[in-house]
Amino acid sequence: MNEPDRPAPEAFLRAAAQEGRGRLKVFLGAAPGVGKTYEMLTDGRQRREEGVDVVVGVVETHGRRETQALVAGHELIPRKEIAHQGHVLAEMDIDAILARRPQLVLVDELAHTNAPGSRHPKRYQDVEELLDAGIDVYSTVNIQHVESLNDVVASFTRVRVRETVPDSILEQAEIEVVDIPPDELIERLKAGKVYIPQEATRALTHFFSKSNLTALRELALRRAAQAVDAQMLEHVRAHALAGNFAAGERIVVAVSEQPHAAGLVRAGKRLADALKAPWTAVHIETQRDRGFSEAERAQLAETLALASRLGADTVSIPATHAVEGLRRFALEARATQIIVGKSARSWWFELRHGSIVDRLVRGAGQMAVHVLPAETAARPAARARLLSGHWGRPTDYLWAALMVAAMTVVGRLALAIIDLGNIALLYLVPVMFAAASFGLRAGLFAGLLSSLAYNFFFLPPTGTLTVSNPENVVSIIVLLGVAIVTSQFGARVRAQADLASSSARQNAALASFSRQLTAAASREALMQAICAEVARLLDVNTVLLLPSPDGPTLGAAYPPDDRMDQIEKAAAQWAMDNGQPAGRGSSTLTASDWLFHPLGTGRGVLGALGIAREDAGPALRSDQGSLLASLIDQASIAMDRMALEEENAKAQQISERDRLRSALLSSVSHDLRTPLTTILSAAQELQRAPSPDLAATVESEARRLNRFVANLLDMARVEAGALPMKPEATDLFDAVAGAVHDTRGSLEGHEVEVDIPPDIPLVRVDPVLLHHILINLLDNAGRYADPGTPIIVRCRSRPDALLLSVIDQGPGIPPGQEARVFETFTRLEGSDRARHGTGLGLAIVKGFAQAMGLGVEAGNEGEPPGACFTIRIPRALMIADGGAP
Amino acid sequence: MKIRHKVLIVDDEPPIRRLIQTALARADYATAEAADARAAMALLASETPDIVLLDLGLPDRDGLELVPLIKRQSDATLIVVSAREATDEKVAALDLGADDYLTKPFDTDELLARVRVALRNRVAREGGAAAIQVGDVTIDLLAHIVTRRGEEVHLTPKEFAVLAQLARFPGRVITHRQIMAQVWPHEAEHHVEYLRVLVRGLRQKLEDDPQRPVLITNELGIGYRLKG
Repeated sequence: MNEPDRPAPEAFLRAAAQEGRGRLKVFLGAAPGVGKTYEMLTDGRQRREEGVDVVVGVVETHGRRETQALVAGHELIPRKEIAHQGHVLAEMDIDAILARRPQLVLVDELAHTNAPGSRHPKRYQDVEELLDAGIDVYSTVNIQHVESLNDVVASFTRVRVRETVPDSILEQAEIEVVDIPPDELIERLKAGKVYIPQEATRALTHFFSKSNLTALRELALRRAAQAVDAQMLEHVRAHALAGNFAAGERIVVAVSEQPHAAGLVRAGKRLADALKAPWTAVHIETQRDRGFSEAERAQLAETLALASRLGADTVSIPATHAVEGLRRFALEARATQIIVGKSARSWWFELRHGSIVDRLVRGAGQMAVHVLPAETAARPAARARLLSGHWGRPTDYLWAALMVAAMTVVGRLALAIIDLGNIALLYLVPVMFAAASFGLRAGLFAGLLSSLAYNFFFLPPTGTLTVSNPENVVSIIVLLGVAIVTSQFGARVRAQADLASSSARQNAALASFSRQLTAAASREALMQAICAEVARLLDVNTVLLLPSPDGPTLGAAYPPDDRMDQIEKAAAQWAMDNGQPAGRGSSTLTASDWLFHPLGTGRGVLGALGIAREDAGPALRSDQGSLLASLIDQASIAMDRMALEEENAKAQQISERDRLRSALLSSVSHDLRTPLTTILSAAQELQRAPSPDLAATVESEARRLNRFVANLLDMARVEAGALPMKPEATDLFDAVAGAVHDTRGSLEGHEVEVDIPPDIPLVRVDPVLLHHILINLLDNAGRYADPGTPIIVRCRSRPDALLLSVIDQGPGIPPGQEARVFETFTRLEGSDRARHGTGLGLAIVKGFAQAMGLGVEAGNEGEPPGACFTIRIPRALMIADGGAP
Repeated sequence: MKIRHKVLIVDDEPPIRRLIQTALARADYATAEAADARAAMALLASETPDIVLLDLGLPDRDGLELVPLIKRQSDATLIVVSAREATDEKVAALDLGADDYLTKPFDTDELLARVRVALRNRVAREGGAAAIQVGDVTIDLLAHIVTRRGEEVHLTPKEFAVLAQLARFPGRVITHRQIMAQVWPHEAEHHVEYLRVLVRGLRQKLEDDPQRPVLITNELGIGYRLKG
């Protein structure tokens, strides 16, 4: 494939990612003492004189006077003191810098490791955050701290530094080499102008030899040239100049759980840089991975993380055979170069299995295979595992022994019909069975036991363990050989089945996870389901935090728990702000007990999922990473879906509320103005001449107004959804009598017949709400009943409820409209306008009744028929025995 | 010489004060008016009113605080007149010592009736009436005898205790708590349902139509009132 002439999209993406970000300039030195800090401060001063807002984040002057003088000219951000194990360590105060928001900040010693308890373990991560915030940074670093050169430097200086800076940091930086000739540097060292920590003096004497310094200087200059190269390449790509660069190279580094894998990764980085090629670190998961100790898992995760830091893609691929998996992956990835470590296995293992490298080289086709020697780091765990790992359960051996015993009995019985040689064949059955089902050791055990039994019970002289015939030695060897071969096949079949079932389990887990999430009806249920399912599938504790203006708040947790320390909250907040994992086992805020992954889709961050284990190990086993990633993806999508649904529902609610509000406004303006108009004009008339009729009109209109205002207030309470309830023992006689008394004005011309059995039980309801229900029902009856007809208030006892009905004789309710009458502002067709009312009354009846747990029904009843409204008071609200003590 | 009773009207709304003043003057009462708590306390000392009509929503002080202050400083009958209709507020006012409660908006007839009841109770208290006549029922508080249309009505001791509580101030609302504290003095917890059952029994024995009680009426969520 040729490089296209148009700009490569990823170059644009990188440029876009840089936009709004601060720029980094690194002063790169070959060794301590070359004057990086001095150079940085001088440059900083120059920028300040140009009018740039410059502050010093952190500078180590090591007591040198020229440097101190330079620092004195700058604004210093005071360091933050962090207490650790009795010492107080002063670290750069990143929050203070972010708050101060300078244009440029000077940060010495990019490779510095922060005190435990700081936000990031490494200072370069602080710098990344400053850059993300759009602040330019000047910093300094020595060449031996550059991650990919770490091995190289250590190889000739014999000093390995632990503090390293990922190459990716340098790749985005402008690099200025601070260079002085080695002789001059040695002079400065002798003159005491180079700061060296007391305890490192001896080690460093060797370090500062002329040959070392020359080599370091060369490395520094080459690294700088490489950076310029890379930047030019970026430029060419972005502008699609017809460039000339190597295309199509792709490097795959195979990593294992062993410590030397980090060396392979660094080598991969160097090769990738040299070839300007993309590269991938791959781990092939085989049956072996299941036997890993925690330390090995951690080592593997660390190696993959290192590769990721150095700019590699990292993948884990499950496969039956490491070599086959690697070969297939390399082919699929169109790799041109493969880097593997020289096998650290024993010659015996290689003899049996063939060297991985040999087989890989044979299957590699066009690919170049680089085999790098392993550093001879000890493998303390490996031997121990071999001994402890595959012994299997005691019951396996018991079964094997039982089978051998059974076969011995069968053999004794069969001895009459078959000859001695064939008896040995019988023993193949338990041996093969044990080897296939229980593995090598149980198979060998069965083989050994079989040969002993065969020897003892069948081979002459029987009853002893001596072999008289050399032929029989062969039988014993064959039995053991069969055990070995069968167990190998059996183990392989089991491994494949295990792998298949593990991937089937994972798929099933994901499917059930997604089913659970789909089933959740509310946000709370969804969050609880996410927590519970992730906890169950990964065997961890989980917590789901939601973003809010006052920091993360608890959404759900499994097991339920609301304890969250400040550090946990900070980690969750960081994860949500930056869209990257934070906390235990990540690279940020590692002091947190929890590991937080942000949940969110392109539409924004919706929360953070925290994971922790009871024990002190890493939050996640390395083989759970891909499952967790899938779970988090699904959880994010489900959360997003729920958020969208909620937004929709809210929008619908708002439009419904708007409809109600406009209906209310028109109703209110009509129903308030009509009586007010009457009252106003009647009052004016009354001033001219007294008239009892007009005065009565004023009174009745004022009463109507009063009822209406009361109803509006009641409706507001219903809609607010929080009716203050004070249920108490209530006598329905009192309730009805009070309501009839209060509605006597609007019921004029109607007789109210109360029909309540004298032994009706008391009920536990809020008397005020019940009163409002009854006066609204009576009002309504008074409005619709034909003039002169009675209104009946009737109570009937049913086994499960009391039915309290208000019945009128009037037009009744149009069929099919029975439920609609309780809706706000409903006045039924053909039954209204002449009979003024607000359309609020029955909605209040329904709202109040529901608040108390009562049912309401509307229908037609009676002879002649009319509307019948019934309140259903459930049995639970009746007071069976009101007897006094 | 006819004694003109004096009523102190405490309300911050001038139209309400004018309305009440007009109604009271028509019924031949002397009146004094206060717009806030401070003026009310000053007039309470200088005018020595027989009755105070107190609005709870005053600009300088909550009316509920004023209730015990007024009761301590004078022996005037205190009727709360307020737009606050929450039963909690009414019960609180009554339990703090208010003699009656009237919710705005009110009928002026109703207001005048309450004032009349209050004054009659004052007279009765001073005179110490032993027997009370309500409708066709006579209650002899000393002899513990109740007659209806001349015939003796048999009441249980608890029924009589409830009726006696109501009869001490006919026409005035007595809160559930006030009644129960007298009828069940040893019960720490009061159950309204016991009271309701007793009242139902009383109505069966005393009312013409127990389904529509007129002698003993219920005040929603507050208490009972004997016909005044």
